[in-house]
Amino acid sequence: MNLTEIKEHKSCRIVEIRGGKELIRKLDSLGVRPGVKITKISSHFLKGPVTIHAGCTELALGHGMAKQIIVEG
Amino acid sequence: MSNKILLVGNPNVGKSVVFSRLTGVGVISSNYAGTTIEIARGSLKIGEEKYEVIDVPGTYSLDPSSKAEEVAVELLKEGNLIINVLDSTNLERNLNLTLQLIKKNIPMLLILNFWDETKHKGISIDYKKLEEIIKIPVIPVCAITGEGVNEIINRVKDAKTSVYNFNFEENWKIVGELVDSVQKLSHKHHTFSDRLSEITIHPVTGIPAALLILFFTFIIVRFIGEGLVTRVLDPLFNLYYHPFILKLFSSLQPEFLKQILIGKTGVVMESFGLLTTAVYIPVVIVFPYILAFYLVLSFLEDFGYLPRVAVIFDNIFHRLGLHGYSSIPVMLGLGCKVPALLATRILESEREKVITTVLILMSAPCMPQTAMIFSLGAKYGVHAIFMIFFILFVIAVVTSLILNLFLKGDAPELFVEIPPYRVPRIATLLNKLWFRTKGFFSEAVPMIIAGVFIINIMDIIGFTGLIAVWIGRPVAYLLNLPENIVSVMLMGFLRKDVSIALLAPLGLNAKQFIVSSIFLVLYLPCIASFFTLLKEMGAKVTFKITFVILTIAFCTAFILNRLL
Repeated sequence: MNLTEIKEHKSCRIVEIRGGKELIRKLDSLGVRPGVKITKISSHFLKGPVTIHAGCTELALGHGMAKQIIVEG
Repeated sequence: MSNKILLVGNPNVGKSVVFSRLTGVGVISSNYAGTTIEIARGSLKIGEEKYEVIDVPGTYSLDPSSKAEEVAVELLKEGNLIINVLDSTNLERNLNLTLQLIKKNIPMLLILNFWDETKHKGISIDYKKLEEIIKIPVIPVCAITGEGVNEIINRVKDAKTSVYNFNFEENWKIVGELVDSVQKLSHKHHTFSDRLSEITIHPVTGIPAALLILFFTFIIVRFIGEGLVTRVLDPLFNLYYHPFILKLFSSLQPEFLKQILIGKTGVVMESFGLLTTAVYIPVVIVFPYILAFYLVLSFLEDFGYLPRVAVIFDNIFHRLGLHGYSSIPVMLGLGCKVPALLATRILESEREKVITTVLILMSAPCMPQTAMIFSLGAKYGVHAIFMIFFILFVIAVVTSLILNLFLKGDAPELFVEIPPYRVPRIATLLNKLWFRTKGFFSEAVPMIIAGVFIINIMDIIGFTGLIAVWIGRPVAYLLNLPENIVSVMLMGFLRKDVSIALLAPLGLNAKQFIVSSIFLVLYLPCIASFFTLLKEMGAKVTFKITFVILTIAFCTAFILNRLL
């Protein structure tokens, strides 16, 4: 399951980030990495951005990035 | 100066506020990442020791991935003391950068900013314990009120290279352990600000909210702007200042000098005198709207609203080959194009910058020009004004769509931190407003005065008449406008708002007003934005963009003349 398939307001744990090195590093510097628990806040229609809570950080990421983040409920 | 203090930290942790507090140098700070694009330098004297303080753009890590981060890494090489600014309400993420900084072996101080917010967020941090563990001074601070700033100054001498030893491969584990041992969280309630944040970022409620905010922005700007013009400044000018100036210089000799100072006629907008038109335009017509717009913008910035707009409009901007973050420069452009063009630095690729620049320059006039279109267009009716803005918007969107087809590359994905809402402090808002007003008077006003002066001189020596014949006739014929439009066009390069104001004496009909307004908004950027563009994008790109826009302006005006 990836981040775009999770319902709004649901919490989940990151299993893997199937992106390039650059994306993994960028997310890592913000504290978004495998093993971390995140909460999805909203998603925008027509493949719009997804917003999440990770720790005390609120983050908006593009649909494509969200798809590369594999999570488990 | 050999002593350099670097202020380093994540984006939006308040480095610029700390900088202002330490150096007394005013810099613009806002509640969103990436406000600091120009590196600010100031000085600080502690006892006999003099330091240069550098406000480094925010960075999440020292492994550069964006331009701002590259700049930060470069600057680290020249600093010999680091003040690492942290957001106390987000300790874990901020400490990650701290660990990376420790590895650079530069003497360091830690500042825990937003200390006051930790209380109502249910966070308690044992900063003394943190100091013991990582072995560098840790100072809790609330930079915005100034609490703790003296402590920073007192302890600069204690800054030292940390001997804290850790395995860097396990940075997050180390950070986790650090946070666990110094921070306690009590139960946090869902606050009003959390709920407001959700409402404004959720698409279903966020889009109406954004439109509502935009609507109210215009209402407030018009209310304050128009109120100041018609109730305060215009009466003051016409009842006291203008008669006084006319009387003072009425018998001035030689005639030439008199004409330069107060013009030939007593009608303010037609005299082109240095003490009449050149004062009236910037102070009475433009300034009230600038003030009103910056008041609203500064509030939205400090509140933390702008990044949410980026999320809300990301979808639309994606169709134009951009991501939502481009909406911030475009919005700034509704006020003034110069800060908007500077803000394109937060964008990563050249192609994004080009498309965003075109959107900034074409999608809507700047605030003073908007004000002029509103006040002059009023007599042609609301539909005429609406038509101008609607056509401009359509042209801008179509142009970006075409550019998106031609310029290679993918639309990058949005990746942006959403700051918590913070209630702006009146003192900070006023300070920022003062800073921007000062900028307007020191940068824009002299340009306006020079422009009015040049036009007046050209008129006196008969040069305007000459150009009007050679360039004016063909242009006027092509666009179906009076020949004097050329002198207006010349003025428009100096000040775009003034060019609209100069349409007043031409006696245009509604159609002519619409066509010439659109043409004057588009044809060239004003001189200030032109030079900013040149500085930001280089000569080649600037001339290309200018040429494209000029061509579109001519085509649009030509077509509109046949269609309307």
